[in-house]
Amino acid sequence: MGLTRRTFLKAGTVGGSLALGFDLHEARAEMREFKISRTTETRSTCPYCAVSCGVIIHTLGDKAKNATASVVHVEGDPDHPINRGTLCPKGATLRDDINNPNRLTSPKVRRAGSDKWEAISWDDAIAQIAKHIKTTRDKCFVEKNAKGQVVNRNPGMAMIGGCTDTNEFNYLQWKFITALGIPYRDSQARV
Amino acid sequence: MSVQSLEIRRSSASVWGSPSGMRSVPTVAKYIDTSTCIGCKACEVACQEWNDLPPLSTQQVGTYQTMPTLDAGFWNLIRFDEREVEGGLMWLMRKDQCMHCAEPGCLEACPAPGAIVQYANGIVDVNQDNCIGCGYCETGCPFDVPKFHAKTGKMAKCTLCVDRSSVGLEPACVKACPTGCLHFGTKEDMVALGSLRVDQLKKGGFTTAALYDPQGVGGTSVVTVLAHADHPEWYGLPRDPHVPLGVRFWKNILRPVGLLAIAGAFVAAVGHYFNFGAKQVQGSADSETNLPQV
Repeated sequence: MGLTRRTFLKAGTVGGSLALGFDLHEARAEMREFKISRTTETRSTCPYCAVSCGVIIHTLGDKAKNATASVVHVEGDPDHPINRGTLCPKGATLRDDINNPNRLTSPKVRRAGSDKWEAISWDDAIAQIAKHIKTTRDKCFVEKNAKGQVVNRNPGMAMIGGCTDTNEFNYLQWKFITALGIPYRDSQARV
Repeated sequence: MSVQSLEIRRSSASVWGSPSGMRSVPTVAKYIDTSTCIGCKACEVACQEWNDLPPLSTQQVGTYQTMPTLDAGFWNLIRFDEREVEGGLMWLMRKDQCMHCAEPGCLEACPAPGAIVQYANGIVDVNQDNCIGCGYCETGCPFDVPKFHAKTGKMAKCTLCVDRSSVGLEPACVKACPTGCLHFGTKEDMVALGSLRVDQLKKGGFTTAALYDPQGVGGTSVVTVLAHADHPEWYGLPRDPHVPLGVRFWKNILRPVGLLAIAGAFVAAVGHYFNFGAKQVQGSADSETNLPQV
């Protein structure tokens, strides 16, 4: 059997392609990126219920001048003593809650007798609330009860706290409520 | 950061995988304790959120279950079932998802090279770049997990959050679980945790409790504690899952034989050529023009 240079090359080419065919595919394990590797992490509190789970909000960009932050992911804060990283199904949807176009981001007021919500600035809102508090307190203040004991009560008002309030905030809030003499109070501190 | 650092233990439709054997990576696993699941579905939501899967319309199936089966856009489903047992009613919940078998039927059935891979840490993943959307993996899966995504024409399923676990984080569902019925760690640790819980359950009166880690598929990277392990079908789990016989026959016998036949035919052809040379047309007046004899 004569093996010329030409047949050797032919056989080599065909054999080489066949060998490649057997190796089929060198799969690379590059499939998806870790989507929060360089996001900015901000600690916050879930606003849903009074358990007040700690969350970490991941936003686009590194807070540089030319980057606009946008929430891309929210997950539990493992360092938070209440939930230690876990979340309930409502808390796990916080990303969509924050990005919801209907989310309220500024104060609104519904005046007495009105059926509409109007936009109001923070300064106006606080000033008007202060005025209402003063009027109501002056109108409803009870200095002494039927037995003549000093009670300094303000039964015309009630006060409710927010579920995301911290201990420190609740302390101040309690002082404020007591100073106003409000008997109907709830700091929403459930834990 | 990518998952390139994860070596591939096995790859679909390849004669051999590509592990270099340079690194030694522990097999990771997810632990599910069905006895402490409260069916809150935080895992379902966390899965959708992390994987950026848009919400799907839910389907009422007569229970609290979100939809009847898993979907290409819904990789984590809590299955609800009610069973009458001695002394009352059992309300059973089980987290349904890819089991990440050590010997995955999907990978074995897949004809597209590199479309389904098993990483060195045991996670089984669909590489959509290579997927041809034939749906054979669904046939090969004893748990009916991979689903066809009509919009992309590809298959999709739980990835055990390979993007998270490859950078050292637990999967999104595990992190969210508020009752701690989900855990993540090495397979060894998760099996140990499961055994502890099974002992606890047995002492508590659930005499048939056991860890579901089916050996028919080589064990799974999702180990499940079942309080009524004598009835895995109550939880929607097959009693003794195996890769379908047809898939095994096709891939383990038919395919190698076919490859051998092709190689044999080629070797024979080359051998014939070397031994006898090109075909000689002879015995014709037209032989000089090399036309076939009519």
